[in-house]
Amino acid sequence: MSSTEHQQHPTSPPRTYILILLALLVFTAINTGAAYLNLGFLNPIIALGIACVNAVLVILFYMHLRYSSRLMKLTFAAGIFTFMILVIMTLTDYISRGWGLW
Amino acid sequence: MDSHAIAAGTADPHEGHESNEHPPYLRHHFVTVEQQRETASFGMWLFLLTEIMFFGGLFMAYLLYRNWYYPAFVAASNTLSIQLGAINTGILILSCFTMTMGVYSAEIRNRKNLMISLGLTLLLGVIFLGIKGVEYHQKYVEHHIPGLNFSVEDFVHPADPHTAPLTPDMAQHTELYFFLYFAMTGMHALHMIIGLCILLALLYRSSQGAYTNGHSSTVDNFGLYWHFVDIVWTFLFPLLYLINRHPLS
Repeated sequence: MSSTEHQQHPTSPPRTYILILLALLVFTAINTGAAYLNLGFLNPIIALGIACVNAVLVILFYMHLRYSSRLMKLTFAAGIFTFMILVIMTLTDYISRGWGLW
Repeated sequence: MDSHAIAAGTADPHEGHESNEHPPYLRHHFVTVEQQRETASFGMWLFLLTEIMFFGGLFMAYLLYRNWYYPAFVAASNTLSIQLGAINTGILILSCFTMTMGVYSAEIRNRKNLMISLGLTLLLGVIFLGIKGVEYHQKYVEHHIPGLNFSVEDFVHPADPHTAPLTPDMAQHTELYFFLYFAMTGMHALHMIIGLCILLALLYRSSQGAYTNGHSSTVDNFGLYWHFVDIVWTFLFPLLYLINRHPLS
């Protein structure tokens, strides 16, 4: 076993948590505001993009994934990967089922 | 890294004991406290992985049906209140912050702050559910609850003259939107309710001195769960409330 495994897991100071909180609130406000503007096809892209940024901030800092072991990072990546299989395989079927008929 | 956290972290659980003794919370099938903590955390992440897939199925269904019945989903989505949704999002983010402070307080063994943080998280969670209840009540009043009192009247003959009516065929599919709306937010709310019950238990046990004795795995892992539930809402809010305001013609 390496010596790092004997360390208590490090955490960020409260200052980091407050900064993340402010970032999350600001991004949510921007997201809500953007919904009132007519940006055409960009509306959903911006909304989901900002949601992704918020989710990544929560995962990295509030869930401490940034400071977690590789096993946790891999487990989380496996979850996203499996979810992407669900989405991509379903959509592949969806757009190709009636291929040429539309 | 916080010097406080290190100080608390390196306070050796073997202190003052023979080196072959171990802290009372170290189960006999683990070699070290760190291994025990890591194992518990791994288990929680695996559970969250299954949760990603559970909610993933609902998200997938929403994505497909929104493509199929786009006009119906747009019309139905625009009956929701963005303001209430945004306030709820803010409240959930705040509760995430208080939960993180709870995890931090447990880590630095500050029982008072731990209890304050858990209490605030509980309070914010209850407020979230209260606002959700107000929204559900609005849906009930508007006859938008599938299977209970659903009526397409609002969509076929909209009260607002600026809103284009849907054909009766397409209006039928607004029920699908509301079904998914209640399934997704309902499942999310159920997770919140379960979380609030666990929070009560954590509060009770922390008042008896648990979690601040160097063994804070339970609070850590509950924090992971609470944050996951927040992340689900982070995606529910734009999908259900925000992205349908300006439909592509």
